[in-house]
Amino acid sequence: TEEQCWGTWGKNIKCVCFYRNALLEADINKLGFSSPAARKTGTTICGVVYKDGVVLGADTRATEGMVVADKNCSKIHYISPNIYCCGAGTAADTEMTTQIISSNLELHSLSTGRLPRVTTANRMLKQMLFRYQGYIGAALVLGGVDCNGPHLYSIYPHGSTDKLPYVTMGSGSLAAMAVFEDRYRPNMEEEEAKRLVRDAIAAGIFNDLGSGSNIDLCVITKGKVDYLRPHDMANKKGVRTGSYRYKHGTTGVLTKAVTPLNLEVVEESVQTMDTS
Amino acid sequence: MFLKYCLKDSVPVTGLCPQAGSYGVQDSLRRGFSSVKNELLPSHPLELSEKNFQLNQDKMNFNTLRNIQGLHAPLKLQMEYRAARQIQRLPFLPSSNLALDTLRGSDDSIGFEDILNDPVQSELMGDPHIMTEYKLGVL
Repeated sequence: TEEQCWGTWGKNIKCVCFYRNALLEADINKLGFSSPAARKTGTTICGVVYKDGVVLGADTRATEGMVVADKNCSKIHYISPNIYCCGAGTAADTEMTTQIISSNLELHSLSTGRLPRVTTANRMLKQMLFRYQGYIGAALVLGGVDCNGPHLYSIYPHGSTDKLPYVTMGSGSLAAMAVFEDRYRPNMEEEEAKRLVRDAIAAGIFNDLGSGSNIDLCVITKGKVDYLRPHDMANKKGVRTGSYRYKHGTTGVLTKAVTPLNLEVVEESVQTMDTS
Repeated sequence: MFLKYCLKDSVPVTGLCPQAGSYGVQDSLRRGFSSVKNELLPSHPLELSEKNFQLNQDKMNFNTLRNIQGLHAPLKLQMEYRAARQIQRLPFLPSSNLALDTLRGSDDSIGFEDILNDPVQSELMGDPHIMTEYKLGVL
């Protein structure tokens, strides 16, 4: 992909990388190698609108095929002081996309002189993702509070968006959605909303292999953002109960034989370093 | 017929290496590997769409402008674009294209083209003397 080619090849880098990648992909399987897998965030992310604002939640596991690449990665990205975005899909894509949109939104808000709106971020994201026809693998949950109240959007990699009171995305989205469908009600209090999101992410963590580790929460209200990382360490690594090292003297010494090597100096020459 | 929209050049010229470098052969170091398939067919489904993206955006905007404000509006704007495009530095130096960016409205937005393959950070540069001599017609 384009982002993988942060190359140092000069002018026609885009064309060169397209050709090179295409050639490599075609021939590499014949030689018995497999091309490296992109690091995905097999994920559970979700968001809910409550009385005063929006609560976003995410797990913290990043997978690379069948291996956990990062046990504590941060999936809730900053877009603007009042807007945050959770990202599922290819980790590099979500990271770069949210950073670019964050920069554009900052420039835009400097130009208008107002706090940015969530719908602006939504439109910028969907137009960019549609332009790349789904090749940017970023599924996002965008939430924030602006002059018109709290808003929550889900954005799919091909560029479609949904504006809803509660959304889930990622490989654990079905588990999380089951919790939401059971317990969501409009105009919840903050503690209840945080408990609901925490339980939804926990459902994703414990029932989906692609999600795991801790639960991050982000509570956005008018004028205040609480970024709780980690909100809940659902999976603590165990502590070893004993030491397996052998103590000194475990192996008894029966006999000892010392043979000195007599070496004589034959020739000595000194070569000075050229430190000029 | 559908293939016509997928081919990169509408008139493929045989016998001529399109990626020719200084000696008439494929310049592998600067242009990369070559293959007949890569010259004719795009190597990524989005290659053609991205190559023509700015052009298509401009066309669409000019069309809308013509429909709303009349023919004079896009004509004036295109004239200004041409004038702005001519403001360049010496031939071997990359230009910031500030006037062109301001006209287009892309001076307050960031895209992939600003981060990846930034011409300011290119490792290649033409020989300054040769290029200015060529431009002045002295060469």
